[in-house]
Amino acid sequence: MRDAFAREMTALAAQRTDVTLLSGDIGNRMFDRYKEVAPERFLNCGIAEANMMSLAAGMALSGLRPVIYTITPFTTTRCLEQIKVGVAYHQAPVVIVGTGSGLSYAELGPTHHSLEDIAILRTIPGLNVLAPADQTELVVQLREALDSPSPSYIRIGKKGEPKLHRNEARLGIGKANLLYEGADLLIIGVGPILAEAILAAKEVAKEGISVAVASLGSVKPMDEAFLERMADQFTTWISLEEHSITGGVGSAMLEWHAARDASSVRLKRLGVPDVFIHELGNQKYTRSRLGLDAEGLARSIRKEFKG
Amino acid sequence: MISTAPSPLDAAQLEATALTLRRRLVTTSAEAKIPHLGSCLSCVELLVQLYWQELHIDPANPEDPERDRFLLSKGHGAPILFQVLAERGFFPIERLANFGKPGSVFHEHPPKPGYIPGIEAATGSLGHGLPMALGMALAARIQKQPIRCYALLSDGECNEGSIWEAALLAASQKLHTLTAIIDFNKWQATGRSQEVLALDPLAAKWGTFGWHAQEIDGHDFAAIAQALLAAREESERPSVIVAHTVKGKGISFMEDDNNWHYRTPNPQELAAALAELEPI
Repeated sequence: MRDAFAREMTALAAQRTDVTLLSGDIGNRMFDRYKEVAPERFLNCGIAEANMMSLAAGMALSGLRPVIYTITPFTTTRCLEQIKVGVAYHQAPVVIVGTGSGLSYAELGPTHHSLEDIAILRTIPGLNVLAPADQTELVVQLREALDSPSPSYIRIGKKGEPKLHRNEARLGIGKANLLYEGADLLIIGVGPILAEAILAAKEVAKEGISVAVASLGSVKPMDEAFLERMADQFTTWISLEEHSITGGVGSAMLEWHAARDASSVRLKRLGVPDVFIHELGNQKYTRSRLGLDAEGLARSIRKEFKG
Repeated sequence: MISTAPSPLDAAQLEATALTLRRRLVTTSAEAKIPHLGSCLSCVELLVQLYWQELHIDPANPEDPERDRFLLSKGHGAPILFQVLAERGFFPIERLANFGKPGSVFHEHPPKPGYIPGIEAATGSLGHGLPMALGMALAARIQKQPIRCYALLSDGECNEGSIWEAALLAASQKLHTLTAIIDFNKWQATGRSQEVLALDPLAAKWGTFGWHAQEIDGHDFAAIAQALLAAREESERPSVIVAHTVKGKGISFMEDDNNWHYRTPNPQELAAALAELEPI
């Protein structure tokens, strides 16, 4: 995803004179091409994220469209107040990109896990909270974020994530998209972990369980029309996120259902439990430990299907 | 390029303006019971010099893209900034009748731009204004706009790490269009700033961070003018003006008494304060 981000940023910087890329001292060599295209609009702000976030707000108030790029914990919770006050309260249209989200850096330990960012950032008024499932969705969201009058947070993975969306249609801010058709049960979530859900859906299909998989994509604003359609179709939902089950996408779904008079939906939240993970391994290992890989998800699907 | 002050003030007029602003400040703060009087009184001369002599601004066109930017990084100084903006003609002074009233935009800190003409940023959480001004100065360089950006900080605010993050980046970027002014009144909310976190030698610290650092008497208009001119002439480094000030300046029983960080005057104290602020 990060290579797609660098490519799209380079294209956007060539097209428009207001796009400015701010890096928190990461992305070695990744932005070489960008720097050839727009050297004056690239700034390594150092390992100083609070300052980087506030200065991005200042740039945006002066008419530029800054895009901040660093590892998710450091561009979210590290500088939360600068996001709240400088960016969101001012409605300064900054695009905050967190890379290596969720458990992408699982083996680096809790310092590099981001399992609370969605929960925290979706409480901030006027901030788009976006979590693309793949690079196709990321590219569309990035373009739209740079045209939006509001600031945006885009939560991306690292590299090598599979492509899940067939094309760009029905993607963007405020849009959810069905990735895999099914009839019995819906898995709705965010991020590259949805690839595991599709594998699980294929696995349980052999047993006659038909599972649909959807990318919510835009946690805020949410695609309520899409959710209405899904609620008419499915009574059993599973939310899935590489994020704490507290306050994230699953919680947002529960809030939505609770506020909707007609809902008779049963919703199971899958994600990371309310603990720090310090027995470390890579992302694959960690997903497996948490029951969030295809095998673990298939187990959860069978359980929910039987009710 | 937009104009500076329509007719720059002479020394006596600057003093008279500062006196008027202090009178209005203590009066409205007493009526509205808005604190931080001591912090407002220490930066009156700095603001008067900036708004009447230094900044390229046009009160009739407060959103001109080529205006200089001034950010009150010490956002708790808003009560005096509101008085300055009204007196400078950004909005009618009658609007300040609402100061501190329920539902008013005029309260303890500046709101985001768009509500009060002349306000560039919502500050009040310390350590945000200087980095935002830095972003504006970087934007101006990218956009090739010949503007200068200023941030007024408190000494307590220099406790915040983000101030020093901004200081380091501004220096590496050789951002000579950025000027920080520190209202060094030697107090923060609950103690002597030097005792809370060792700031001294403050100007030397900024100097070693790569800034063009000057130390002045922050109540001396000529010294402020000279320092701002030197900052303007500096072509390599960002500038900091460490302005030695007195908290509560101008009212004898408030001077250097940190109780006036939070207290507001009762009617007797207001009368005594106003008696000291009579024009000579």
